[in-house]
Amino acid sequence: MAVNSGMAHLSDGLFTTAIATYTLAMATYTAEYAFGRRGRVAATSRAEARVLVGAGGPDVEVPASDLEVLPEVPAGDGFGRPASNTRLDGQKRVAGERFGRIAVALTILGATVHAASIALRGIAADRVPWGNMYEFSAVVGFVAVAAFLGALWRAPQIRYLGVFVMLPVILLMFLAGTVLYAKDAPLVPALQSYWLAIHVTAAASSEGILVTSSVFTMLFLIRQRYDVAITTPDKRIRFPVSMGARLPSPETLDKVAYRTVAFAFPIYTFGVIAGAIWAEAAWGRYWGWDPKETWAFIAWVIYAAYLHARATAGWKGRSAAWINLLGFGAMTFNFFVVNIVISGLHSYAGLN
Amino acid sequence: MIRIARKAWRRLISMRTALVLLFLLALAAVPGSLLPQRPLNPTKVDAYLRTHGAWGRFLDRLGLYDVFGSAWFAAIYLLLFVSLVGCLVPRIRQHAKAMARKPLPAPKNLDRLPESGRFDSGDAPVAYASAARATLGRRWRIVQREEPGGVVTLSAEKGYSRETGNLIFHVALLSALILIAVGRLFSYQGSVIVQQGQGFCNSPTSYDAWRPGRMAADGHIGPAPFCIDSLDKFTATYTDTGEPSKFKADVTYSKVRSDGTDGPPIKHTITVNHPLRLSGDRVYLIGHGFAPQITVRMPDGSVQHDQATFIPSQPTTLLSEGAFQEQGKPDAKQDIGIEGFFAPTPQDMGNGVITSSAPQVDNPVLGIFVYQGTVNPNGQPQSVFSLNKSKLTQIGQANLRIGQTTRMPNGVTVTFDGWVPWASMQVSHDPTQGYLLFAAVAMVVGLIGSLSIRRRRLWLRITPAVAENQGSPTVVSVGGLARSDSGNFTTEFAGLLDRLRGVATVAEPGLVSARKE
Repeated sequence: MAVNSGMAHLSDGLFTTAIATYTLAMATYTAEYAFGRRGRVAATSRAEARVLVGAGGPDVEVPASDLEVLPEVPAGDGFGRPASNTRLDGQKRVAGERFGRIAVALTILGATVHAASIALRGIAADRVPWGNMYEFSAVVGFVAVAAFLGALWRAPQIRYLGVFVMLPVILLMFLAGTVLYAKDAPLVPALQSYWLAIHVTAAASSEGILVTSSVFTMLFLIRQRYDVAITTPDKRIRFPVSMGARLPSPETLDKVAYRTVAFAFPIYTFGVIAGAIWAEAAWGRYWGWDPKETWAFIAWVIYAAYLHARATAGWKGRSAAWINLLGFGAMTFNFFVVNIVISGLHSYAGLN
Repeated sequence: MIRIARKAWRRLISMRTALVLLFLLALAAVPGSLLPQRPLNPTKVDAYLRTHGAWGRFLDRLGLYDVFGSAWFAAIYLLLFVSLVGCLVPRIRQHAKAMARKPLPAPKNLDRLPESGRFDSGDAPVAYASAARATLGRRWRIVQREEPGGVVTLSAEKGYSRETGNLIFHVALLSALILIAVGRLFSYQGSVIVQQGQGFCNSPTSYDAWRPGRMAADGHIGPAPFCIDSLDKFTATYTDTGEPSKFKADVTYSKVRSDGTDGPPIKHTITVNHPLRLSGDRVYLIGHGFAPQITVRMPDGSVQHDQATFIPSQPTTLLSEGAFQEQGKPDAKQDIGIEGFFAPTPQDMGNGVITSSAPQVDNPVLGIFVYQGTVNPNGQPQSVFSLNKSKLTQIGQANLRIGQTTRMPNGVTVTFDGWVPWASMQVSHDPTQGYLLFAAVAMVVGLIGSLSIRRRRLWLRITPAVAENQGSPTVVSVGGLARSDSGNFTTEFAGLLDRLRGVATVAEPGLVSARKE
C-alpha cells in the first residue's frame, strides 16, 4: 500500500491550521468591515466626492455618482435616520486599512498552508489528492479562496467583503474535516485514470469560483433590497438587509458575480466534457444520465440561463441573480445529496 | 393566419422563450435523477412500481421512469433546438455583414461618449494618425477618414471574435445535438458474461443483453465481425482492507477478414479505464464474479460436471448467488437442481450461517440447497441464476469447502471442485462519437471567445493647428465605447489614452481632462 501515514498526518494538521488561519483572517476582515472605510451609503450625498483607495495604488478622486448609483436621498433624510458622516475620521480609516492588509496577508498564508495540505495528501496517497468528498471539498475551498484573491487583484475595493467569502469556505472545510473526512486510501480501479486529474480539477476549480460568485450574488441581492428599503418611508431595515449599508454598489457586485461566472462557465463546460470522455473509457458510453451527470447537466443549463438572462431585458439584475443562486443550489445538491443520498456510478464519497 | 404564425415564430425565437425552455429542460431532468430509470435499472423500477401502487402507475403513465426518452423531454429540447436555429440564422447573417462593414464614422462630439479624453500633439494630423494606428496595432480594425478643414478621424473597432466565438459555440452545440441523435440511431451495445476460458463473438445472438439503435435493430448496420476467442485470465487485486485496486482481463481476440476467414489471434489486456478499441467498436470490462465448479453424481448413478455463473449480491464482499440445473433422463423426475451461494472469504455468523467478509478468495465456501424433481417443468427458457422450484423437492443442504463432498440420503453426491472467475464484458459501437468530441472542443473554444473577448469602439478626431495662431498644437480628442461587457472599461480606456498620448510629440504637457466632466 502506497500510503505514507506520516505525510497524511502532516496533511491533516496543515488542513486544521488552514482552517484556523482562515478563521483569523475572517475575524480581521470583520474588523475591517466594522471599522470600514464606508459608512452608510444611503446617507452619502451625491455631490460629495469620495476617495477610493486602491490597494497599494494611488488615491483616485472619483465623484460619488460614479462609485455608487444611489437613490436620491438627501443628507439627513426625512426618514428619521440621522445622516452619518461618510468622511471617516482619519484614525478609523487607517485602522480599517491596516486590518484589511493583515486580513489579506492571513488569507494568503492560509491558502499557502491549505495548498501544502492538499499537496501532502497527494504525496501521502501517491495520486492526485481529490479522490473522495473530503479531498474534493478541500480543493473547492482552496479555489474559492484563490478566486477571491484573484477578484481582489482586479477589484481591490471589495477587500472588506472577505468575511463573506471566508465564512462559506470555513463552513465547507469544517464539514470536510468532520463529516466528510476519509482516510487517504488508494483509488478504486474506476478512478485510476489521468482523467481524474483533468476532470476533477476542472470541476473543483469551476465550483470553487462559482462559490465566490454566489456570495457576491447574495450580497448584490441584499444591497438591492437595501436600496429599495431606504427609499420606502417608515420601513424598518432589519438584518440581513441592513448589511446593505456597507456593501459596494449593486453594479459592482453584479459585475463581480457575472465576471466570475463568465470565467468559471467554460471551465465547468470543459469539466463536463472531460467527464464524458472519461466515462466513454470507463463505463462504455460518454453520457448515461447517471444522477451525477444529470445534475451536472441541470446546473450547466441553469448557469447558461443565467448568462442569457443577464443579457435579456426584463431579466437583468434581480431575476438573473436568483438564477445564479439556483445554479449554485443545483451544484451544491449535486455535491452533497447526489454523492451521499442517491446512489450512482459517481459514488466516490469514501463514506460508509 | 400568416400574421399569427409569424408572431408565434417570433415569440419562439425570442430570448425570453429560450430562457423559459432552458428552465423547463433543467426542471424536466430532475425526476430523471430522483426516480429509478428503466434504461439504467429496470429491476429498481419494478420494485418501485410494486411498493408505490397507483401513484407508481400514474408516474409510469407520465413516462417518469424513462424521462430522457419521453416525448415531453424530447418536445422541450426540440423546441429549444428550433428556437436556437431561428435565433442563430439571422445573427450569423448580421455578424457576416458587421464583419464586412467598416467601423462607423466618428460622432460629432466625442466628449459625449462614456469615456473620452483630449490632448495636444506637435505632429501634423496625418503624421499623428499613422503613429496612433501603429500604437493601436493589429488588434484594432481602423479606418481613417478626412473631414473638412484638414481634420483627420480614426474609427477603430475590436473584439469581433466575441460574436464569432458566440456563434461557434451555438453552432457546435447544435451539431453536437445532431451528432448525438445520429449516434443513437446507428449505435449498438451488447453485454455478456464470459467465464474464464470461454469467449464470444460480436453478434446479437451471443449477448445476454443486446441494445441496438434503430438502424442496427432494422438490420441496416451489422455488428463488426470480430470474436473475443477467449478470456484467458481474469485477475482482481485488492488492498489489505478489501478495497479493489486493479481488475484485469487478458483476452485473445481475432478479427474476421472480409473473405470470411478468421484473422490471426491477438493477445490483449483490458482494464477498467482501458477498453480494447477495434475500429469502431470498443470492448469493455464492466464487472466480475465467480463461477463455482461442481461434480454431481445423479440419482441414476451418472456423473455430471458443471460450472455456473454466480451473481454478486453484496457488491463490497462479493457474496454471490446462483444455481445449477442438472437434467437427468427426460420425464424421470430425476433432475437435480442446486441453489446456492459462494462466499469468497467465508465468515461464520454462528448457527452455521455463512456470509462473506471480503471480496478476495480465501478458502471459499459454497453453500448449497439440493433439490430433486423436474428443473424445467414448462419447457420454456428460464433464468439460469435461480431455480423454478414448483416441481422440485429439497433433499438436502450443505456448506462445502473446495474438495469436500456431501451425500444425500438417496445416494446423490455433490462435490465442490473449485471455481473460475468470470468477467462481464460490453461491446459498444457509436460511429459519431469522434465527431462529437470535435464539436465539444469547438463549444469550449467558442465559449472562451464569447466570454473573454470584449467588444470595443474607439474614435480619434485629430484637428490641425490653427494657421493664424502660431505655435498652437494639433488637438487630439479621443472617445471610447464598450459595446459589450463593460468590465473595467474606465481603466482600460485610461490605459489606451496614455498609450495614444505617449506617441504624440508634445511640446507642453497637454492633458486637459482624462475623464468626462
